[in-house]
Amino acid sequence: MYRLDNAQQGEKYNTIFSRTTPAQRRKRNARSRLRSRFLLGLYLFLMILPIYWLINMSLQTNSEILGSMTLWPQNLTFDNYIGIFTNSSWYMGYVNSMLYVALNMLITICVALPAAYAFSRYRFIGDKHLFFWLLTNLMAPPAVFLLPYFQLYYSVGLFDTHIAVALAHCLFNIPLAIWILEGFMSSVPKEIDETAYIDGYSFPRFFIKIFIPMIRSGIGVTLFFLFMFSWVELLLARTLTATDAQPIGMIMTRTSTASGIDWGTLAAAGVLTIVPGILVVYFVRNHIAKGFALGRT
Amino acid sequence: MNNKVLNNRAWLLVLPMLVLVAFSAIIPLMTVVNYSVQDVLGPNARFFTGTEWFHSILNDASLRNAFVRQILFSLTILAIQVPLGIGIALIMPKRGWQASAVLILITLPLLIPWNVVGSIWQIFTRGDIGLMGWGLRELGINYNITRNAGDAWATIILMDVWHWTPLVAMLCYSGLRSIPEAYYQAARIDRASKWAIFRYIQLPKLTNVLVIAVLLRFMHSFMIYAEPFVLTGGGPGSSTTFLSQSLATMAIGQQDLGPSAAFSIIYFLVILLVSWVFYTTIMHMQKDKNPHGGA
Repeated sequence: MYRLDNAQQGEKYNTIFSRTTPAQRRKRNARSRLRSRFLLGLYLFLMILPIYWLINMSLQTNSEILGSMTLWPQNLTFDNYIGIFTNSSWYMGYVNSMLYVALNMLITICVALPAAYAFSRYRFIGDKHLFFWLLTNLMAPPAVFLLPYFQLYYSVGLFDTHIAVALAHCLFNIPLAIWILEGFMSSVPKEIDETAYIDGYSFPRFFIKIFIPMIRSGIGVTLFFLFMFSWVELLLARTLTATDAQPIGMIMTRTSTASGIDWGTLAAAGVLTIVPGILVVYFVRNHIAKGFALGRT
Repeated sequence: MNNKVLNNRAWLLVLPMLVLVAFSAIIPLMTVVNYSVQDVLGPNARFFTGTEWFHSILNDASLRNAFVRQILFSLTILAIQVPLGIGIALIMPKRGWQASAVLILITLPLLIPWNVVGSIWQIFTRGDIGLMGWGLRELGINYNITRNAGDAWATIILMDVWHWTPLVAMLCYSGLRSIPEAYYQAARIDRASKWAIFRYIQLPKLTNVLVIAVLLRFMHSFMIYAEPFVLTGGGPGSSTTFLSQSLATMAIGQQDLGPSAAFSIIYFLVILLVSWVFYTTIMHMQKDKNPHGGA
């Protein structure tokens, strides 16, 4: 009886105190959903616009770019792209960039995995200080290291090699990788390690056979971040290379010559630097939402 | 966190990493410190100068202006990007193919090399061939980033918002995804308003990721180099010259080893100090609110 009363009161409450009927509420919900879709669409549209403009220009000839304002290419041309793919001094820039990014990802993940495991599982002398010191390297402006890097790599004979850029990018990528991986590793229960050791697994075997497969999505996300920060960095990459390992970002500056800027080629080269990023983000799309929390939610 | 085993052999696992990072961090940093207290005239002619370079850097008016500009820039983009990023994260679809598509699109600006970002905006804002520059001129707005300092500033802010809001949005989105559905159900039963849901369920859950977002954005915006360098070259005049660019000009362009080393050290320490103060303040605030929790 008492319960029924309460329910009735609830119903009364619904109809008396809220000025909206359920139908109105549903309508309002639908409208607010529509509004958020519209806002999101507007943001995405504005975001894509500069990129669209780059693609648009890369498909035009220079005379069309400079001659008239056209919202889409009037006579489509792929000459800018063909020019890049047939000139080794151009496409080697992409090869160089990808080589040092791949090298950096390999080096970083190899040293970061054991280190992150140590930080997530053990206490040792100076662990907190070490971790803090690592994070301070993330805050070091690359401009600070320009001159010393140049001298250091020059004196050890690594100047203008891919490995020099890969090692230089370790400065911020190793701390980042350890930070992300530590978060993912700490979410794996410690009991798994203990059970494996009781079962007679040695540390290396346990680490490679059991532990790494368990955090593979975390490793994927980490690799994505490593790619991202190594691919987009130019200041150090530019300073440490001259001709043999020059990144694409530096080769792009060649489009401006005494006779003006070759806008079409510049735009095409720019579009091509976006493509690897799209491929990488496509591979990790299912883990990326979790990944951006850096393993800590 | 508290049940870690004490094991000093863990140092062996950290060692390879330590060697690498030391090679790329400690040796160069020592070089910088070394230069900052010496006047290097040649391979065998160097004098100890003490704190002279530091004095001259701290009294340099143009550097002080660059510093003020840098702080203004970082505060402005944080004030825009953090609310905007939260807003975008709230309206992003949660599941289905749309979610994946939006995720990929939104992440896109983060994966473009920084100098290409500069080039994209340089093209986009040119009065003769860029959509935005051309459009504004057609509307009768006198817009020119190479002449007008205000336009240059606005464009750099817009570019940075375009470039980095996705990072804040993605961090917030991942934070929102970790809220259990039961919280929302409880809110619906309580007939909580949208604002109440945001204020008492979503925002508290976002604190951790927002701390990371603000830290990352502050650090990166304080080191910004390639984008304004390509877009405006620091001009018109020196109205958009930020700290990294001043430093690069000094160290590489003019080869002023001593002053630029002193500048480097001050620059690095400022970033460290601000990040540390921000982090410890937030952590203390969280500890006061919730003595058992914490990141």
